Amino acid sequence: MKLATIVGLAGVAALTVLLEFAIGAGWISPFLIAPPSQIGVELVDLWHEERLVEALLMTFGSTLASTGIGVLIGVPVGYLLHRFSLLAAAYETWIAGLFSAPLILLYPLFLVLFGRGVMTIIVISAILATIPIVLNTMQAFGQVRTVHLNVARAFKLTPMQTFWKVLLPAALPTIFTGIRLGLIYSMISVVAIEYLVVLGGLGSLVSDLYDRYNIPGMYAAILAVIAVTVLFFKLATEVERWLRPM
Amino acid sequence: MAAADVGGRGSRGHPRSHVLAVQVGTFAVIWAAWEALSRSGWLFEGVVPSSLAVFPAIFAHLIDPLFWDHFGRTAYEVVAGFAIGSGVGVALGLMLGLRRFMAAVIEPYVNYLAATPKIIFLPIMMVMFGVGAGSKVAMAAISAFFPVAVSVYRGTLLVNPVLVRVARSFKASQWTIVKSVYLPSLVPPLLTGLRLGLGVAIVGTLLAEIKLANKGLGYVVIQHYNFFRTADMYAVLIIIFVIAVGINTLMDRLAHRFAHKV
Repeated sequence: MKLATIVGLAGVAALTVLLEFAIGAGWISPFLIAPPSQIGVELVDLWHEERLVEALLMTFGSTLASTGIGVLIGVPVGYLLHRFSLLAAAYETWIAGLFSAPLILLYPLFLVLFGRGVMTIIVISAILATIPIVLNTMQAFGQVRTVHLNVARAFKLTPMQTFWKVLLPAALPTIFTGIRLGLIYSMISVVAIEYLVVLGGLGSLVSDLYDRYNIPGMYAAILAVIAVTVLFFKLATEVERWLRPM
Repeated sequence: MAAADVGGRGSRGHPRSHVLAVQVGTFAVIWAAWEALSRSGWLFEGVVPSSLAVFPAIFAHLIDPLFWDHFGRTAYEVVAGFAIGSGVGVALGLMLGLRRFMAAVIEPYVNYLAATPKIIFLPIMMVMFGVGAGSKVAMAAISAFFPVAVSVYRGTLLVNPVLVRVARSFKASQWTIVKSVYLPSLVPPLLTGLRLGLGVAIVGTLLAEIKLANKGLGYVVIQHYNFFRTADMYAVLIIIFVIAVGINTLMDRLAHRFAHKV
């Protein structure tokens, strides 16, 4: 382990002990920040009641499903935009605009269209995941080096062969950057909508525990959300590193 | 990031008129599909209101003083939170840039928290700052903090180390080095960070208002939703969208202008 990592972990541990002490001594009200020991107890309780497991599985499932839909739609659309540059010229600004637009605010509209259920969460999260995937796929195919395509032509590859053996492998790392962004965007949107509408999953768990004024439980559930974020973040970074050296 | 790429590429060698024709055509198809859907009877009445109902609703909101009252509350929360969050973000970003070991210790935590959905911290903010404007200001501040801090820190990594060494060998003080060496080359990444930060501060504030508030544009949206006034809901969402995209475009233009100057 690197020195910086050890110092970081030690800092987190020291902060935890300090918080416990400060709350125990009455410097910080336990109704503002729950003592870490109680948060730990709640975490174990939530796990045993299986609410946490259920919520985790639901958030994971929704995130993976919406990212999957994002890939299935985003990659072909990105490729089409690359092939037909008139469409790219017409739509690229629009898609880039959508990328920076607060699309998640449209969720009440999707609630009206798709009902108060998981369907709504997946549809809007899939839209948010699709946008960076489209933009990166388009860029990825545009960056393929002409030399590679010339080699393919010299070997008289069919268009199908050229696509599968030259174009796609060359574009894959940049496409994956889009998929990584899409995964993080869809996770943020899944948790946010779960929290706002209380439809199950980790976000709803946080909302529910706050409503019952179970402050240590609320902190425990928020820690679980952070843990899931770290997990997705690491997963995506590892897969990307594995794809990069091509 | 994405919007910045667009300007340079232009119309990819296609005549402007063709591009425009495709855009206008697409717009017309989407509009026609919307109207057809709203009249088709496939969906429950009022789920997709006709644009003929939505446009008057936009106008009605824009001339309603009460709407501007809500707008004022949201604007206050966004601006106050953004000022706090971006201020602290610039400070932390600079500090991490100047203290490399500290950066190595803290950076992974900043990256993880930057990817965490910020809205999940709203209950903590409500416990600490109450359910009124305070928790929304805090939401905007937390949201704005991360993109600004990360952009400024990454910006410091791009500063030419030779310039810093030159300043050091002239025995420039830490403050002089920050002011004369770092800050001028930090303007473009700072502006990008501020643009992203303001964008997420707007979203964070509105989502917090949607969750729990008694004033603000987010509150207006969710009230329209709760009473099934869909045309009004579409209208407010469209107004919010136009404002948000407008601010983003403006900040992007500003960033481009400075990027060319430096």
